[in-house]
Amino acid sequence: MLVKFFLGLRAAGVPVSPTEFLTLLKALDARVASGSVDDFYWLGRLCLVKDERHFDRYDQVYGRYFEGVEATFAALAEGTVPAQWLESKAALLLSPEEQAAIRSLGGFEELMRTLAERLSEQKGRHEGGSKWVGTRGKSPFGNDGYNPEGVRVGGESRNQRAVKVWERREFRNLDSDVELGTRNIKLALRRLRRFAREGVQDQLDLEGTIEATARNAGYLDLKLVAERRNAMKVLLLLDVGGSMDPYVRLCEELFSAARAEFRHLRQFYFHNCVYESLWVDNRRRHSERMPTYELLRTYAGDYRLIIVGDATMSPYEINQPGGSVEHWNEESGATWLRRLFAAFPHSAWLNPQREDRWQYTQTIGMTRELLEDRMYPLTLAGIDRAARELRGR
Amino acid sequence: MSNPRFTGTERYVATDDLTLSVNAAVTLGRPLLVKGEPGTGKTQLAEEVALALRLPLFEWHIKSTTKAQQGLYEYDAVSRLRDSQLGDDRVKDIGNYIVRGRVWEAFLSDVQPVLLIDEIDKADIEFPNDLLRELDRMEFFVYETRELVKARHRPVIIITSNNEKELPDAFLRRCFFHYIRFPDAATMERIVDVHFPNLKRDLLREALQSFYALREVPGLKKKPSTSELLDWIKLLLAEDIPAEALRETDAKKMIPPLYGALLKNEQDVHLFEQLLFMHRRNAR
Repeated sequence: MLVKFFLGLRAAGVPVSPTEFLTLLKALDARVASGSVDDFYWLGRLCLVKDERHFDRYDQVYGRYFEGVEATFAALAEGTVPAQWLESKAALLLSPEEQAAIRSLGGFEELMRTLAERLSEQKGRHEGGSKWVGTRGKSPFGNDGYNPEGVRVGGESRNQRAVKVWERREFRNLDSDVELGTRNIKLALRRLRRFAREGVQDQLDLEGTIEATARNAGYLDLKLVAERRNAMKVLLLLDVGGSMDPYVRLCEELFSAARAEFRHLRQFYFHNCVYESLWVDNRRRHSERMPTYELLRTYAGDYRLIIVGDATMSPYEINQPGGSVEHWNEESGATWLRRLFAAFPHSAWLNPQREDRWQYTQTIGMTRELLEDRMYPLTLAGIDRAARELRGR
Repeated sequence: MSNPRFTGTERYVATDDLTLSVNAAVTLGRPLLVKGEPGTGKTQLAEEVALALRLPLFEWHIKSTTKAQQGLYEYDAVSRLRDSQLGDDRVKDIGNYIVRGRVWEAFLSDVQPVLLIDEIDKADIEFPNDLLRELDRMEFFVYETRELVKARHRPVIIITSNNEKELPDAFLRRCFFHYIRFPDAATMERIVDVHFPNLKRDLLREALQSFYALREVPGLKKKPSTSELLDWIKLLLAEDIPAEALRETDAKKMIPPLYGALLKNEQDVHLFEQLLFMHRRNAR
């Protein structure tokens, strides 16, 4: 039963690891919680869920799996423990030797197989009416997956409580349903660090001190330097609207990670292709524009250029004057892109579309040609490759 | 169980789930990671656990420049260099220049200590990863003296986070996680009761009503929290403001007296004033 609960949590998208599951079993073994069903709810959450955004999913899975067993808990608290319960518990609690063995197995697949074996064993032994396995026990756990809409309207209450803790689902608002992947993006962006010493001199300069001390006839002469900080400057141009809409979330993540990583970050927006002006704020895109020439004058040189866009448009938008879908452009997009890439020798284009689809869009090919092939997919690996490109040379 | 169970203290109201979390962490010797809105008593929890279980408390406050190594020890090479210049005898033993960090001190404690690692999310993104082994095995190696430092008693570790950075999975897996929810009205009454035992019933009711109404205002940058409520009540008492004054504000929808204790942000005050203005205009 608990194994199924564990698998149910995983199927619902709560990232639970076997180690955490074993910790829960250990906690049960140590009698941390009393027999009450509430205590078990808190204990399970404490051990298995490490992010408040997942609390709601935990509540749902908990509700589904422990429906109808409160009576058992009540009996347990009173000391009248049903025999089957103990039996199933014995089958589930792994001995210390087994725990060690599982740890040394390492791989999750291995463990899953062990668990599956245990599960089938258990099913066999409890056939015919144990509350713990129930009819649900025969359905493959994959089918029981997480359904964001699957609000279970609180079943009848078996003890006196009006609403069970997990049925209140108080953490519903915290479940954003999308994982914030910013940590991984930040780690990928770290490749772009370029350290420089600026500001207050508060660190010992070891080499300088040794040299100065030697010059000083062996008498100590301390030298201090400023702390190293990331001095990389990044200019981010983001394509917005139209075909980019499905990737808004991804771009936001990239943007928030970049903002945390780089102290010198400037961002501008464009639509489909860069022309004679860009804008800073999407809400005031028509009133506050930045001429591209000014951008080139201001940031060229020490800034690295990252363009984020799907480069999916009509070929005219790149190669024809007046090809823009929004206004009359005197010069073609290609001219502007060439200027941009000439002014920023360190530049890369991140494309949120899958790399294996790129060949089917003509304008992606055209843009890549202009870029001398410095287009990378907006994935962790792609960001990594782009960072290497931006860093090198 | 040799340890007494934590059930809150005279000045700290712990809900059942929090009590369970603390006791589970103490029993199984796992670090307890505490998150929650600012001002819900995350840092205070460690102090109260130490107080309740009569254990010594070691606090390690994390800043953006804190390195994991600083919690273990630092080698003061500069002092040693200076001493060698002066011909001090101490210089022969490198151990004289190893400065112990908070984690080491906690490991040396004669009785089981409580170790607070406060605001771990302030540090660099790699910081938690650098402490994995130390938290897991409760030991670390001092390279300079070739010495293995082991905890005499596995400390009760309480870690707080304000969610400014995501913490790595490997780290989370080793911790218990507790999210302190914002207290509901009943719990809040108990909390206020603990801090102001002689508060008049009607004043408390009115104050709580204004407080929860204020938290409901949409778009506030920083919702007032428990600590702000306590400060506000302290002010109300100091100024001797009667309960009627609060009720009056409720009816006419005016700004509650001494609101500066509740709203800490200029934009929030403006927003609140605007809302009230609109409300009054509509009411007319």
